[in-house]
Amino acid sequence: MNVSTILIILLIGAFATYFSGDKLASKVALLFSLAALGCSIVLLNNYNAGENISVINSWINQPKISFALNGDGLGLAMVLLTAALTPIIIFSSFGNEYKNAKGFYALILFMAFAMVGTFLAADGLLYYIFWELALIPIYFIALIWGNGDAEERRKAVVKFFIYTLAGSLFMLTAFIYLYQKAGSFLIEDLYKVNLSACEQFWIFLAFFLAYAIKIPIIPFHTWQANVYQKAPTVGTMLLSGIMLKMGLYSVLRWQLPIAPLAAKEYMTIFIALGIAGVIYGSIVALRQKDLKKLLAYSSLAHVGLIAAGSYTLTLDGLRGSVMQMIAHGFVVVGLFFAAEVIFRRYETREIGEMGGIRTQSPKFTSMFLILVLASVALPSTFNFVGEFTVLYSLSQINIWFAILGGTTIILGAYYMLRMFQHVMLGETNSKTFADVTLNEGVSFAVIIAVLLFFGFYPKPITDLITPSLETILQVINKN
Amino acid sequence: MDTNLALILVLTPLLGFLVNVFFGKSLGKTVSGAIGTIAVAISFVVSLLLFNQITSTGKGIQVTLFDWIQISNLKINLGFLLDQLSVLWLLFVTGIGSLIHLYSISYMHDDENMHKFFAYLNLFVFFMITLVIGSNLLVLFIGWEGVGLCSYLLIGFWHKNQDYNDAAKKAFIMNRIGDLGLLIGMFIIGSMFSTLDYATLKTAIAGATNLNLPLLSLAALCLFIGACGKSAQIPLYTWLPDAMAGPTPVSALIHAATMVTAGIFMVTRLNFVFDLATDVQTVIAVIGAITSLVAATIGLVQNDIKKVLAYSTVSQLGLMFLALGFGAYEVAVFHVITHAFFKACLFLGSGSVIHGLHGEQDMRNMGGLRKAMPITFWTMLISSLAISGVPFFSGFFSKDEILLTAFHHSIPLYVVGSVASIMTAFYMFRLMFLTFFKEFRGTEEQKHHLHESGSLITIPLIILAILATFGGLISLPGSSWLNGYLAPLFTKVAGEEHHLGATEYTLMGVAVLGGLLGILIAYVKYFKQDNVPESDENITGLSRLLYDKYYVDEIYDAVFVKPINVLSKFFRDHVETVLSAAVFGLGKIASEIAFQGKKLQTGSIGLYLFVFVLGLCAIVSYIFLAQ
Repeated sequence: MNVSTILIILLIGAFATYFSGDKLASKVALLFSLAALGCSIVLLNNYNAGENISVINSWINQPKISFALNGDGLGLAMVLLTAALTPIIIFSSFGNEYKNAKGFYALILFMAFAMVGTFLAADGLLYYIFWELALIPIYFIALIWGNGDAEERRKAVVKFFIYTLAGSLFMLTAFIYLYQKAGSFLIEDLYKVNLSACEQFWIFLAFFLAYAIKIPIIPFHTWQANVYQKAPTVGTMLLSGIMLKMGLYSVLRWQLPIAPLAAKEYMTIFIALGIAGVIYGSIVALRQKDLKKLLAYSSLAHVGLIAAGSYTLTLDGLRGSVMQMIAHGFVVVGLFFAAEVIFRRYETREIGEMGGIRTQSPKFTSMFLILVLASVALPSTFNFVGEFTVLYSLSQINIWFAILGGTTIILGAYYMLRMFQHVMLGETNSKTFADVTLNEGVSFAVIIAVLLFFGFYPKPITDLITPSLETILQVINKN
Repeated sequence: MDTNLALILVLTPLLGFLVNVFFGKSLGKTVSGAIGTIAVAISFVVSLLLFNQITSTGKGIQVTLFDWIQISNLKINLGFLLDQLSVLWLLFVTGIGSLIHLYSISYMHDDENMHKFFAYLNLFVFFMITLVIGSNLLVLFIGWEGVGLCSYLLIGFWHKNQDYNDAAKKAFIMNRIGDLGLLIGMFIIGSMFSTLDYATLKTAIAGATNLNLPLLSLAALCLFIGACGKSAQIPLYTWLPDAMAGPTPVSALIHAATMVTAGIFMVTRLNFVFDLATDVQTVIAVIGAITSLVAATIGLVQNDIKKVLAYSTVSQLGLMFLALGFGAYEVAVFHVITHAFFKACLFLGSGSVIHGLHGEQDMRNMGGLRKAMPITFWTMLISSLAISGVPFFSGFFSKDEILLTAFHHSIPLYVVGSVASIMTAFYMFRLMFLTFFKEFRGTEEQKHHLHESGSLITIPLIILAILATFGGLISLPGSSWLNGYLAPLFTKVAGEEHHLGATEYTLMGVAVLGGLLGILIAYVKYFKQDNVPESDENITGLSRLLYDKYYVDEIYDAVFVKPINVLSKFFRDHVETVLSAAVFGLGKIASEIAFQGKKLQTGSIGLYLFVFVLGLCAIVSYIFLAQ
């Protein structure tokens, strides 16, 4: 078995879901997403046993494009993140009714397919195709099943679509230029191309535009909050939990090793941009009125730190940022789910209209609080492991980076606890709030279990990703 | 065997937490309280066993569980170090913890969420034990932030009241400011010595040649910032008085006896770092002295019984840091222990009073409780004598050691500490006279219901009062058991044992007289002249400044909180809009270019020809000129 199996499962799943009809769609989708998760665990086992799970097939001869999928530790970690979050996301939607459910759930699986493809692709053009493919389902999910005023939503979603697409075109240009030089799109060939410092600069910048918009890094983030707010929560979870990690992952896989000289030359600037995002995102998050928007800006702050960690070009920075990608993926899905649970009962996302929920729902309160604490990286959660490692790596570059980036532990606590206080505490609201259902509880419990387990025992993940990251660093430092 | 003991020690309270979280409600209040208490009591028994083992072998026990976080040059494992220092801390954390759990069974019995209260208390003990026995700085940090979380949960225990929630949030955030300092300190130490493990670090520092002392000092300063947060020192002290919003047993356990001493623990643990950072030591001594004085002055005029005790705690913690600043770690530890006894007793006593008066905390509405609550009165009196430094009570010995140490190093700081101590004696006896003497000033209704609290409340009080009386025996001047016990921890020859000469006796006499003077003033003012503090609106002048705590909260609010909120709104309403418009602007530029370009497509052949010829001319002339 090789990594293409999981792609096949997800693709078949998307079609099967569509043809199973509206009634069954959600269950079929869940089944296939679980099958994909099972498959990725088997793949992980095989990989750990030393089996080769990569694929290379020639696809198009002229220009030379291969169907190449690379199953290394880094790729597998991201695939596992996707495969683990997709069933949680699907299951979390079980409390909602969707019109044309078959289309909705099919698109979710299709998106998972494209994202897994992005994480595995080892050929530049194949990667680019998967990368763009992932944009299409989320566009429709947000546009058709989103909420709020239809016209405003259309504006926000179209803006997002065109903006990210435009960014990606720069990346495509870079790939075409690289192909001229290397005569191949295969990643190992691209790693070997000799580029002058000037060429590297432009290629680095082209990649950066694509990734900075996707991640997003300030000031390219303006699409984010609106789309997160207006997309259905499932869409927001897909975007924030997995899709933005495509950008962060690509920095490690493509941008840094292909243009290492530029990376080394300008790393200070990009670390600074990431950290600026931490501070800016945290401050903007503080006074948001809409719960989903607040979480969107908190996400902006967190990915800023992850990006900063990646640009340190140290093993610690890379390792910390990958761990933080995974931890953030889980916690942000959990937090958006909490927002959804509240919306199901209150039909509002306005923080000002909430309050006093704690008295009525002890279980929900506990789960939400644990997620809030994970989000502010309390030790014993996985988020702490990631954040500590990233901050440590920053301190090795310049202590001021660690201090400024470290303000996240203060500001993060400020905006999250402020939000928690206004949403959950205080006098009981006149509206009733039923505690979590069994289905909802299961989704929360799984996420929390993952975060706590790896909080105390991150070793399996560290061991999985370290060899790949060392390889990437070797490529970066080859000259 | 050692591993098992350590695991029982740390996991029993965690188990108690889990049982109470998941089954507490159905188990009923008494059972849930009993489970919580027994869980901590078991840890106390284990601590006694460990103490016994360590005093007999004289060696610490290192337990390593597994690798935790992997960083290229740092390998951080989850491990425990049970040595003289950590076991000593364990004894009073779990010992006093057990008593306070017992007390809470009665105190919290009317609360519908009693099982949650015990769950949080158990969780606190779990994190506190982790903090104390961690074998490296990062395990300490788990406990460090964990106790902060429990403090947050317990301050905001009555979560319907948003003022309490504000206090809880403030405590958490202020602590996190300190925590950033602690983290940065760890980063520096980690990069200097490639370890965060205490034992390894100690060896590394001892064996190091060419130490980068300025960098090490910076690390020590950052670590001290962490200590300032947790142990409520200037400038990060304002959360502690607000933390009194929590139920009184919490104030006794977390905000007086145990958690707030974590900063002193950490500095003592890393004594070999601080010994090398002499500048930072000076900073610590000065901050400690100033904090003790500032807090004591505020305590002079407070009317809320718990607020008085809260400022007294800040002030006493300041004295401990004063000792730390002079490298007199064993002296600070001594005061930590005696303070834990008498301050826990005072808080629990105040809780007994508040309980008896159905929630009344204002001393202006108390008075004359001596007769109705004799046990509460006598135990609190003993503790007040102890904190005021009246001879032969525990506080006398420990406070005297601190002042003596200060005298030998810096006369000005000695004076500051002494003045703070005189004030302490005054405000404590102001509290005693206002609460227990003269006539009762509350409502008839309250008067009718006055009664001594039940035995679950009085027994812990009595035990703590006994400890507050005799606790000083562990470190008598001239023949200190404590100093000998802690000696293996310190690189220096343990404490310069002050051999008792004329100077020492004089200083002791001065301190005693000072304490008695404070008590006398309180006696004259609040017993002889029968003064009752003015109602809030009549407080003026200097008292007003003190009563309003020098307006430090207001200043912090104006300088930090307000600006950041204004900035947040500005970013939200303006910067975001401008950035967003810029992106749309790019789109608009593109369509504008297209729109203008469209105008060229007029369909007029003449124009096309004209442009064509113009272009041709341009090309030809370019080729021509280029040659």
